[in-house]
This record gives sequence, C-alpha cells and structure tokens, in this order.
Amino acid sequence: MTSTRPVSRGGSPSVPELIFGDLWQYDPAPETADPRIKLRYDLFIGGKFVAPKSGKYFSSINPANEQIITEIALANKNDVDAAYSAAAKAFTSWSKLPGRERGKYLYRIARLIQDRAREFAVAETMDGGKPIKESRDFDIPMAAAHFFYHAGWADKLEYAVPGANIIPLGVVGQVIPWNFPLLMLAWKIAPALAMGNTVVLKPAETTSLTALKLGEILQEAELPPGVVNFICGAGETGAALVAHPTAAKIAFTGSTDVGKIIMRQLAGTDKKLTLELGGKAANIVFDDSPVDQAVEGVVNGIFFNQGHVCCAGSRLLVQESIAELFVEKLKRRIDVLRVGNPLDKNTDVGAINSRDQLDKICELVDSGTAGGAEMYQSKCDLPTTGFYFKPTIFTGVTQSHRIAKEEIFGPVLSILTFRTLEEAVEKANNTAFGLSAGVWTDKGSRILKMSTLLKAGVVWANTFNKFDPSSPFGGYKESGFGREGGRQGLMDYGKIA
Amino acid sequence: MASPSRSRFGKLFDEIGTVDQVGIDERVAKFTTRSIKKGSKLWGLKTAVTMVDLTTLEGKDTPGKVASLCQKARRPSSDPDVPPVAAVCIYSFLVKYARQWLADTPIKVASVATAFPSGQAPLETRLEEVRMAVGDGADEIDMVINRGLFLAGEFQAVQDEIAAVVEACGDAALKVILEVSELETFDNIRAASFLAMQVIREGDFIKTSTGKASGSATLANNQVMLEAIRDFYLATGKAIGMKPAGGIKNSKMALHFLVAVKETLGDAWLNNSRYRFGASSLLNDLVRAIDKEKSGAYQAPYYYTEAAESY
Amino acid sequence: MPSRLPVTKTPKVYVGGQFIRSESGRVFPVREGGNKNGSGALLGNIPQCTRKDLRNAVEAAAKAGADWAKRTPYNRGQIIYRLGEMLEARSGEMADAIVLSGAGTKAAATKEVAASVDRLIYYAGWADKYEQVLGNTNPVAGPFFNFTVAEPMGIVGIIADDEAPLLGLISQIAPVIVSGNSCVALASEQYPYPAIVLGEMLATSDLPGGVVNLLTGFRKEMLPTFATHTHIRGISAVVNNSEKKELQLGAADSIKRVRAKVSGGDVDWMADRAQGAYEIRDFIEFKTTWHPIGA
Repeated sequence: MTSTRPVSRGGSPSVPELIFGDLWQYDPAPETADPRIKLRYDLFIGGKFVAPKSGKYFSSINPANEQIITEIALANKNDVDAAYSAAAKAFTSWSKLPGRERGKYLYRIARLIQDRAREFAVAETMDGGKPIKESRDFDIPMAAAHFFYHAGWADKLEYAVPGANIIPLGVVGQVIPWNFPLLMLAWKIAPALAMGNTVVLKPAETTSLTALKLGEILQEAELPPGVVNFICGAGETGAALVAHPTAAKIAFTGSTDVGKIIMRQLAGTDKKLTLELGGKAANIVFDDSPVDQAVEGVVNGIFFNQGHVCCAGSRLLVQESIAELFVEKLKRRIDVLRVGNPLDKNTDVGAINSRDQLDKICELVDSGTAGGAEMYQSKCDLPTTGFYFKPTIFTGVTQSHRIAKEEIFGPVLSILTFRTLEEAVEKANNTAFGLSAGVWTDKGSRILKMSTLLKAGVVWANTFNKFDPSSPFGGYKESGFGREGGRQGLMDYGKIA
Repeated sequence: MASPSRSRFGKLFDEIGTVDQVGIDERVAKFTTRSIKKGSKLWGLKTAVTMVDLTTLEGKDTPGKVASLCQKARRPSSDPDVPPVAAVCIYSFLVKYARQWLADTPIKVASVATAFPSGQAPLETRLEEVRMAVGDGADEIDMVINRGLFLAGEFQAVQDEIAAVVEACGDAALKVILEVSELETFDNIRAASFLAMQVIREGDFIKTSTGKASGSATLANNQVMLEAIRDFYLATGKAIGMKPAGGIKNSKMALHFLVAVKETLGDAWLNNSRYRFGASSLLNDLVRAIDKEKSGAYQAPYYYTEAAESY
Repeated sequence: MPSRLPVTKTPKVYVGGQFIRSESGRVFPVREGGNKNGSGALLGNIPQCTRKDLRNAVEAAAKAGADWAKRTPYNRGQIIYRLGEMLEARSGEMADAIVLSGAGTKAAATKEVAASVDRLIYYAGWADKYEQVLGNTNPVAGPFFNFTVAEPMGIVGIIADDEAPLLGLISQIAPVIVSGNSCVALASEQYPYPAIVLGEMLATSDLPGGVVNLLTGFRKEMLPTFATHTHIRGISAVVNNSEKKELQLGAADSIKRVRAKVSGGDVDWMADRAQGAYEIRDFIEFKTTWHPIGA
C-alpha cells in the first residue's frame, strides 16, 4: 500500500463505480449483556406474577434464529377478568392519589428502566429481532423518556386543559403491537397513569417479554398493586380485553383491519377509543432537496426496524428531474446496509419479527414483480436460519400496484415519480391512510405549504422517523384517531369534568 | 438587492446541490456507533498508520526536529509489524532536510506552501514557494485556498489560483486545503470541494484544514467532502483523495473516519494514495492502541515519545 | 274570507348554497304545533331527503370545504359573526318559526333565539384563538423545530337534537365550521321548520354556499348513509343508544370519528357547558411538523 503520485491518471474504468467489497470486514461485535430472561413468565396481575387460570403457556421464539427463548402464560377470559378486577380496585385509590405522588412513581419507573437499559435492549432484540443498536439507542431510552415526560404532567393536569377540569376515565384496556414492544407500552401506560387511570395491557403475542420484565420494575418501583396489569396472548385474549365491560377506554395500536373490528366491537358502548393504525407514508423528494440527506432520510424511513413501522416512508415520491440520480444514490446506500444478527452492534437491519410477517412481505413483493415493477435488492448475504429479508426497492411502480397501496410492514420501498407539487400532493394523499409524510426541499415556504396540504398527522420535513414524548403522534383518516405524546396525547386519557 | 456574490452561490448550489446540517450530523453519528473489534480493529489501526501525514508546523521547527520526525515516520514503533507512515508534512524551507532523511524510503515529503496557513501573500510569491519546495524534493504540496475570494463569490479567481499552483507543482501531488472552519457552512464546504476538484488532477487531494484554526477535521466536515468526492468521481471518473487534518487526536476517532470512508467511498479509498490523516499526536495513539490490541494490556502513555512528558 | 290571501312559503332545504327539494320529490307535511300530532294548519310540506340528497350534499360540502378551510381564521370569525347578526336581525321571524313548529312557547323561543345568536358570537371569537389554546410547539430533545397545529377534519355529518331545534343545531354547527370543516346537517325530525328558516338566513349571510348544508327528513332513512359514507370524516350526533350504535358500526368501515351525545334532555343547550374550545377539538385533527434547525 504505497502512495502513488498522480501517475495513475486515466486509469479509471469507463463507467466509474464504487467498490463496497470485503477489503475491511467488521468482525462480529455481539452485545453480550445478560438479558436476564426467565424460563417462564406468568401474568402480571395485581402487582404479582400469577399463573394463568387457563393453565396454558406459549413459546416465544427469537426470530433471528428460531430458538425458543421463554414461555409465556396465556390469558383466557377469566384471567382478563382478574386483571380488570385488580385494575378497578386499584383505580379508587390511584385516581385519588395527589398528582405529585403519581408522578413520583412514574419517575421511579423511568429511572429503573434507565438503570437496566442494556439488559432490556438485549431482551427486546432477542424477542423481536430488531438491531441492538436500535433497541439500545432508540427503543429503551425513548421508553424511559416517555415515563419521565409524563411523570411531570401528573401534578400539572390543570395546565393541560385550559379553561376546563380534566379527570381520569377509569380502567383503560390497551393492546399494543410487536414492532416497538416496550416503547409502545410506554406510550400507552405513561399518559394513562399520569392522568390517574389504571391499566390492563396486552403486549403482542410474539413480543411479550419486555412488558413482563417491566412488571419486575413496577414491583421494584413499588407501584401500587393493580395499577398496571399485563395479560398475554393472541387475538382471542385481545378480544376479551377489548370487550370487557369494566374498560372505560380502549387504546389500540395495530393494523387498520383490527382497528375496524374493535370499533365495531365497541359500537353502542360508552367506552372511549383511540386507534393508532396503519400507514403508507409518502416521502416526497423535490429536486432542490439536500440529496444525500434525503437519501439517508428515505433509508431511515423505510429500513428502520426492518420497515416494521406504521409510519414508515414506504412510498418514495421523487421529482422526475432527479429520479434517476436519486435511485442510483439510494441503491449505493442500501448496498452498505448490514443485514444480519440483530445482536451484532454493527447490524443495520435485523430479523423480520415472525414467519407470518415474512410470508406476508414475500407475498406482496411477489405481487410487485408479477405486476411488472422493477425490483432491486441490496447485495448483502442473509443468515441461513431465522427470518430475514433483503432491503428492497421497487421502481416503475404505479399507484394501482398493491405495493403502492397496501401496508407491507417490511423493508420494501416503492418508488413513484412526480412532476409538480400538485401532483405530489395528490399522489401522497391518494390513500385511505394518513399517518405520516415526509418532505424534502430546500425551500422553506414550500415545506410549510406541503405540510399544510398533506393529510397526515405527522409531517417530517427534511428528516424522517423522529419521535419524542412531547411530540403528538397519530393519524388522519384510516390511520386512526387520537394522539399519543404531548399535551394532545395526554388529553385522550381523560375527560372534561 | 441581491448581491452578485449571492447569485453566484445560488447558481453553484443549483448545480452541485446543498447539504442539510442536521442530516449530516445524524449520518456521521451512525459511523461512531460502529463497533470495530479484534482483527478488524488491528487492520484499521495499521491502515490508519500508513495514512498519516506526520506533521510538524510550528514556528520553532528546526532541521533537528524534522530529523526526529522523519525517524519516527520510518519506524513509528519498535514493533516491526507497525508500518511506516505515508508522509511527513513540514514547512517548505525544511523540505531539503527531510528529503535527505527519507531518501531511501517510500515515505513522501509533503510541504505546506502558498504562505501557509493564511495564504495571504501575493500569488507570485506563493507560486515561487511551491516551485522552491518542489525543487527541494517535495513529493506533495499542501496549499490553502483563498477563502476571502471564495466567500466573495469570486469562484473563477479561486480556481485560477489553484490551477496556477497545480502547474507549479509539476509532478508533485497537490492537496488543496479548504480551511473548512472559515467557510462557515456545509453548503460552502461542498461548493469549495467541487471548485477545487474541477481544477486538480486525479491523485490530488482535497484537505479540510490547516490545523491552525479551530473546528477543523470533524466527521461531519469529512463526510461532506467524501460525498463531494464520490459525486465528482461518479460524474467524471476522476478519483480525488481526501485528507482530514487537525483535531483527529486518537485512534478511536481515526477508526470512525475510516468507517466513513469505507461506507461512503468504498474499498478503493481505503489506502494512502486516496486517504490521509494530517496529524501529529494521532500516530502515538495508534501505536499505543496497536500495542494494546496485540498484548491485551492497556499501555501507559510514557512509552510513547510525545506523550512522555505527561503524568 | 280574508281580504288578502297570504302567500305561503314552500319549504326547501339549503344545499350547496341552493334551495332545493328532495331529488326523490318526496315531502312530509308539518303542521303547526309539530308534525307528530298533526291537528294544526299546514305549516308546509317539508322535503323528505334521501341518501342521494345526502350524497349530493356531501359533494357540495367537499367542494366548498377546501376553500373554507383556506380562509383566514379572521375571515371565518367575521363570517360566523355575520351569521349572528343575521339571526339577531331576524330573531322575531325565527322565534315565530320555533313557536309555529311547536317546539316551544313564545317566551322560550325568544330565549332560544337569543342564546343561538350568543352562541354564534361565542364561536366567532374562537376562530383565531382555538389553535393557540389547542396547538403548541413541542420542546423535543433534538435539533428540531416541532409544532402541532389543529386542522379541520373535512366533512362532518351532524344529526341534530330534537330538543332546542335551533339552538341545538347551531351549537353543533358552529364548533364544526369555525375550524374550517364543512358540514351536512340533518335537522330535527320532529321540528324541522326552524332549520328551513335558518337556511334562508344562511343564504343571506356571507357564508359560502356548501359550507353548511341543511337536510330535513327521517333519521331512520338517513342515518345509515351518514354512518357509512366514507367521505364524511366525523359525526356530531345527538341520538338514542341504538342510533348511536348504528352510527358507530357504520363508522368503523372508514375509521370515522363519532361524537355522539345521548338525546332526551341529556344536553342542556342553554348552559355554558354546551360550548367551548373542547367542542371544537372534537372535530379537528392535530398535525405535527418536524423540521431540522441547522444551517
């Protein structure tokens, strides 16, 4: 490796291309912290871990290698009953506790999560397949941040609703998805508790682990028994939770299809409802955008958490004049994404959460190729066991393709082009969803115009997939209603007295 | 009223694009989370050593100081496994001494010229200095661009000056210092990178800083310039080298910079004909880290020459 | 035989700024003192609107809504204030309409009209303020400017209360349109006549045609379409429990926002509690925008 003076001039290949080869390989860098996973987890009801009345347990597997990591208690109707009883009993005193004191419990929880952050990150990654760098740098710290943020609201509720008096609803039933298990739990529990509600929460059946580990933290924080209860299981358990007469409110995050089922289930009742459902976000790139940062934002928008993100920027709308350049840059960028063992600190894209989800992604991708769209996949190798999918982009996509309309919930980007602002807005809004959108341009006034015209609850301008406890999140149209985070999200856990 | 300089910047930005600061900061933060272990770490550290332009640029420099610098450049460590550095980088009047000391080595003699670090001297004086340094045996010339002209929007004049230096260099390679901290914005760093690349030759370099101003070689500055090099290469086929200088103090930072090179420009830039570190104290830390990797034991600083005065 | 025969008015509904009859041609007679006990003189043949009329009204609301939402809040405030002026100026006529329809005594009707005027003035004042109360900037942990604004939902369907056929209707319409929504309202089935008169007043106000569309007819026929029309994004309804369930079931198909109050005197329209920024909040969407702070 000696230095050469500029004598190599003219030695370049005719079509210059970058070489992302194996000259410098990163050695495996597995995160080794002990996730402290028990062989078996019971339900968390009334402040205790209790065996399920169902008598049944189900296995939770690591999607990265398909190995069983623990057994989880399956809650049946009676277990759901028990959880609601515990929550109803706890509500009486919890709701009367001074906000200052409720807040202190939430602060404790936040701090205990921070203390055990690495342990939780490893558990989250093993349970769900997401890269350790995301669980370590995003999921767990953000979950703690949500508790910390809402803790401060508990004794300041009168400032959240000027001119009115807000009171808690009662027992809140909550059902959360598998894409951000602990974080979604924090989004749900923290505002509910700050407001003075008590909670029965069901984590997703493939990712119950960190909720149950949090049960240990709730015990350590000496949270009064019954204020938070975790019941586990799949759709049947969820249906029992949603239908339970004690629930004053249901908060659900998940697919639009299930959201509709829940709405029908609750029709005619007095239960309050908030829904955070699917999306098919448009990430709109104008030709004056800072291109490399836009590429980065698009990559972050669709490959973050393997694309298992309801607000993922799954539709790229790029202005025709830079489409070719942009797609080239995008391909080069995804070629250096590292796909593989989620526990490796250098992994950018981890494992698909379950075989079911992998099958769904494959099915939609096949529909894209069958429909004539052109597919490009990153040049990475995939592990031989576990559920993985290569970062994938489709060009030549039209609005009628299923991959342009349906939520894929995987690392698959559909690219469409536009010529004018009006066309971009029309295409972006041409969907039943309305959760999020991205805009990339150097022109400030255009950003604000786009932000006004896009029918989406969150608009990221010259950035994407940013979250904060103080920032309300939630959808327009069939992406659901209600907000999570910020003052707006807090208010959805109370009623005007 | 729009000033003519503004509209020139506007035209330039239209042509080459702009950079979002927060986006760049986020991008480079990802490089710092790469975990480089074991064999890959050793490879990275040794490669970094081969990329060092071992530098002394002080008013008190003497031929004697350069002599010991050259000795260290040839043999950074008693461990024969540690390779020599890429070049020594010195003031022009010391080139002839360094040339002697490095006569039988592949190590380059690099000279700052063109009224380093300010560049504030008449062009003819600056060119004369370049010619003198090359005449004394410099393999490489590190020049500074005229930031005043750049910020005034006199792009043609900036390029004319660089072109004149290129000519004065003859066969010597040129490294064009943008002095990024004086350019204020990432947009300007990208713009200046392009202006320079358009008039230098394949195998020449663009370089962040003189090391004499604060806020010089950051990962973000480096990234903006790497992306400029990449875009320029893909558009023209002309491969330009990169040299961050000033502020890269330890091996951990050096590895982050190499990660950025690997993931932005790829394998073809992971060598010292296309990537250099302008540094003085970095070399000691690289050697120290190599020793630690090989022995498994953390090493006291006083084993390493320039840190010997520390506690 | 009177020396001069008065000219009677043909009741028409107000849709898209036009006075129309139902596309079906159907009417139902309303007699003085209320349609349910039809002993009095004929007050008029009220249009018995159909689901197709509702569809047309939704289209009118969609057409008008886009422009209405773009008006400045100041302008929307002035227009709603002007509505108040129109109602005040014709308060006698409106009170008579309430009395004639059988919804109340003269004294009660006069009070209801006055309260209706006050309610309009109240919401007119909110037009350029509710966003300051309901929205905010968010201090996120990063180099971003982040703000949450309140935006209109779009088209809102209103099922009006039979109690206080004018005040109830206005109390439901005003918080919906103040934020830039447009609406399609089904007037009280029992006392539709005040809504007919209200339409005539809207036509003489500055409110762009199509922002408020008033239909009359039978709930039983109309409710399913209100529930399932996917372009209607929100429902404000004062209904009984089974109607509420029907609305919520239909709404599920398109994740429609339903705010249902239970009828039967549950709502005291005269009270201050029947108005407020949180009534507006029920029919807005919060949009949060992020932007980097950099150079």
